Amino acid sequence: MSHQEHRPNTEGKYKWIGTRPDRPDGADKVTGRARFGADFNLPGQLIGKVLRSPHAHAVIKSIDTSKALALSGVKAVITAKDFPDQPNLIVPTGEMQVNMRDITRNIMAREKALYEGHPVAAVAAVSEAVAKQALALIKVDYKVLPHVIDVAEAMKPGAPILHDHLLTEGASPPATKPSNIAKRIEFKKGDAKAGFAQAEVVIEKDYTTQAVHQGYIEPHATLASAAEDGQIQVWSTTQGHFQVRGFCARLLGVDTSQIRVTPTEIGGGFGGKTVVYLEPLAMRLSQKTGKPVKMTMAREDVFRASGPAPGGNVKVKIGAMKDGRIVAAECIVEMQAGAFPGSPVGPACMCSFACYDIENVYIEGFDVVSNRPKVAAYRAPGAPISAWAVESTMDILAQRLDMDPIDLRLKNAAKAGTKTAYGVTFNTIGMVETLQAVKDSEHYKSPVKPGWGRGVAAGFWFNIGADSSAASHVGEDGSVTVISGNPDIGGSRASLALMAAEELGVDYNKVRPIIADTASIGFNFVTGGSRVTFATGLAVVNSVRDMIRELKVRAAKIWKIDPEAVIWENGMAKPAGNQVGTFEPLSLADLAAQAGRTGGPINGHAQLNVTGAGPGFGVHCVDLKVDDDTGCVTVGRYTAAQDVGTAIHPSYVEGQLQGGAVQGVGWALNEEYIYNAQGKLENPGFLDYRMPVASDLPKIETILVEVPNPQHPYGVRGVGEVPIVPPIAAVGNAIARATGVRMVDLPMSPPRLSAALDAARPRRMAAE
Amino acid sequence: MAKIHVNTTINGAPTEFLCDANQTLLDVLRDNLGLTGSKEGCGSGDCGACSVTVNGRLVCSCLVLAPEAQGMKIETIEGMAQGDKLHPLQKKFVEMAALQCGICTPGFLIASKALLEKYPNPTEDEVRYWLAGNLCRCTGYDKIVTAVLDVAADMRGSAR
Repeated sequence: MSHQEHRPNTEGKYKWIGTRPDRPDGADKVTGRARFGADFNLPGQLIGKVLRSPHAHAVIKSIDTSKALALSGVKAVITAKDFPDQPNLIVPTGEMQVNMRDITRNIMAREKALYEGHPVAAVAAVSEAVAKQALALIKVDYKVLPHVIDVAEAMKPGAPILHDHLLTEGASPPATKPSNIAKRIEFKKGDAKAGFAQAEVVIEKDYTTQAVHQGYIEPHATLASAAEDGQIQVWSTTQGHFQVRGFCARLLGVDTSQIRVTPTEIGGGFGGKTVVYLEPLAMRLSQKTGKPVKMTMAREDVFRASGPAPGGNVKVKIGAMKDGRIVAAECIVEMQAGAFPGSPVGPACMCSFACYDIENVYIEGFDVVSNRPKVAAYRAPGAPISAWAVESTMDILAQRLDMDPIDLRLKNAAKAGTKTAYGVTFNTIGMVETLQAVKDSEHYKSPVKPGWGRGVAAGFWFNIGADSSAASHVGEDGSVTVISGNPDIGGSRASLALMAAEELGVDYNKVRPIIADTASIGFNFVTGGSRVTFATGLAVVNSVRDMIRELKVRAAKIWKIDPEAVIWENGMAKPAGNQVGTFEPLSLADLAAQAGRTGGPINGHAQLNVTGAGPGFGVHCVDLKVDDDTGCVTVGRYTAAQDVGTAIHPSYVEGQLQGGAVQGVGWALNEEYIYNAQGKLENPGFLDYRMPVASDLPKIETILVEVPNPQHPYGVRGVGEVPIVPPIAAVGNAIARATGVRMVDLPMSPPRLSAALDAARPRRMAAE
Repeated sequence: MAKIHVNTTINGAPTEFLCDANQTLLDVLRDNLGLTGSKEGCGSGDCGACSVTVNGRLVCSCLVLAPEAQGMKIETIEGMAQGDKLHPLQKKFVEMAALQCGICTPGFLIASKALLEKYPNPTEDEVRYWLAGNLCRCTGYDKIVTAVLDVAADMRGSAR
């Protein structure tokens, strides 16, 4: 058995919270019954396919669709002309923001194709085979332009410009000429210059990272059915069906009420399914043909044209006193946005030093466009990139000062009252407790095997709240349905049902959690930002409380007493105050049976904008060895600790830590987008884009440190994103300690690592 | 081109279908027969989400041409539970939270069943290498491997 440590802060306080029951959708998901995006079909449906640009950067001079349309079995062909242009309007997508003007150009290239794989046309035909034939008959006249892939190159004067309208926002002096630098941001605290002047030790280092993909196993898929009266139904694998509705309403120019989006089960997203790609195309094709249109992406399309997380360049400088106290820190991040502005450079900057209490900080960030697919969110977007650089530099500092890496971090750890460089002052947080948990772990106390290296790194993520709606219904027999609107991407049905059962005082199995479509529940923001168990959980709790209030009114009516004199306890209404013991308690079933006579159905509902998300901190520790000849890394032991608030369903919290850690290990060791000289992606498949497999990994041990969030009734903190922040640097630090070679470029893949080992060989031999 | 008539057995039931010569077994299972439990994650045999067994041998159904199913016995995720009784692997995966999103789960279950039929007493390393053809992006594999080892122990009747 893998070692999993849970340190509950709520021992004995709860009946259901903190237990590990079967998830409500478990049977469906182990039998193949659960229906994911590509599993939906309608009678008479057409198959939609996308024609994608073969060029990284090209003007679209003309598109001739006549031959494709003439092919038997082809029902419609669409291009950008089939979508109204959009205003310069910023809208939120999960934790990132996008411009409507850009979204419509990303779903279908308008003036120019901006990356290889950029959609330029789409067809709907009676079969996939016919649709593919039709794509080959569409004639696009391109004028190929010089392209730019690399961020540093894209920032240089004279680089090929992607958008003639793009002037650097935040530039000083104000920009007057178009640039690929969409935005410059900075965060300041204290006086970094003075801090560095005072420092006894200064470490400075430059790092690079490559674009990586979220790597969800389920490709994007959608089915749209538009009726003649303008109503449209959509089934889509998405992290936010309300987001799909909102975006598509704008992109198609129809009311949101005309569009009903049903979320299918979702086969992974990690942030990459918070935007739209196929949905507006399928809807438009369905409008044009009057038939349902199904569209799916091939894996190659997923890599070329959806989601990646950005790569970037990071400069870090840390100044400290000899006792380890950090007195100044600086971080400069240049980040890929892809073809349109909007990289997560903001959060990358804000998270960079958030683990530490530092007096003098300067952070600067650049959002840079280049001829790559538009980046999407990926689990703590931006944070792993700056953390890789900062936490590697922290390790160098620990080595320089000959300090234990955890002690160095403990000396500088952020606590309640610490003011971050981005202005927020922390409430109750668990950075110290999490560091201490790793320090006290059996793993950290065990000796490092000869020839192996042990790396430690920390990470931070804000977590978010935002808009959630929920409803609770009592059935005629007293069992309960809890309705919310966030796709369940990793067991959230279980956590919502556990909180509802706890609140209501009924058996977990009496509560059925349902995820409703956009027409059947109020607005819910995306499943993202580690928000569902926290924010939608709060909406569920409030909806249950609303229902309990009504249940007490009904009991009072039956007993002919004041509702104030009724309490709700263990799933029953009981008379209280001077009425104690006057009447037999009434159960949910009793009250449900009499509902018709006491005022009708008994429901509760809640809708709120949730604030007070508790930030999370993670500390990871990894033991590994490096093959001196091949540069291949073997990870031997891994422990992930995190302040998780309250672990509502500990197994799924552990799962978040384990999954995030492994994605981070992949990011560290193997994953990268590789472009050739023509700006074409060379590894758009799982064979050449190498994600971790079971045999690459050891057990992933977890330590759940419960530091409850004071701003949630059950102390919930988001847990999903933090775990991907520390692993990259933890791996790099372990490699440095195993080999004496400090890697600064990702991924630390066998070719890159063996080259670094070769280069360092004379020095390493001299050292021996 | 004329369709090809194929006679096969799927999950114990004699099944016939018409397919194109270039159709994969996965496409026929999903599109012709409505057995959508097998998933397409890559279409190139790299992710294992479409795992089925053909005459007991574990394969990626996206790499098998449908006409090759002629006379074969195919087992898919839809045939794993017996009536209303989940297979011990299915039960354990749910109990131990060995899935998060669930898209890879049918493939892992089919692959794990094939493993335990061939090697009822695998080591952790053997489980990890056997399952290396199945990608999971959510779990980090820990709970999957633990669940398979637990079921192996249970099925051997030796409590761990």
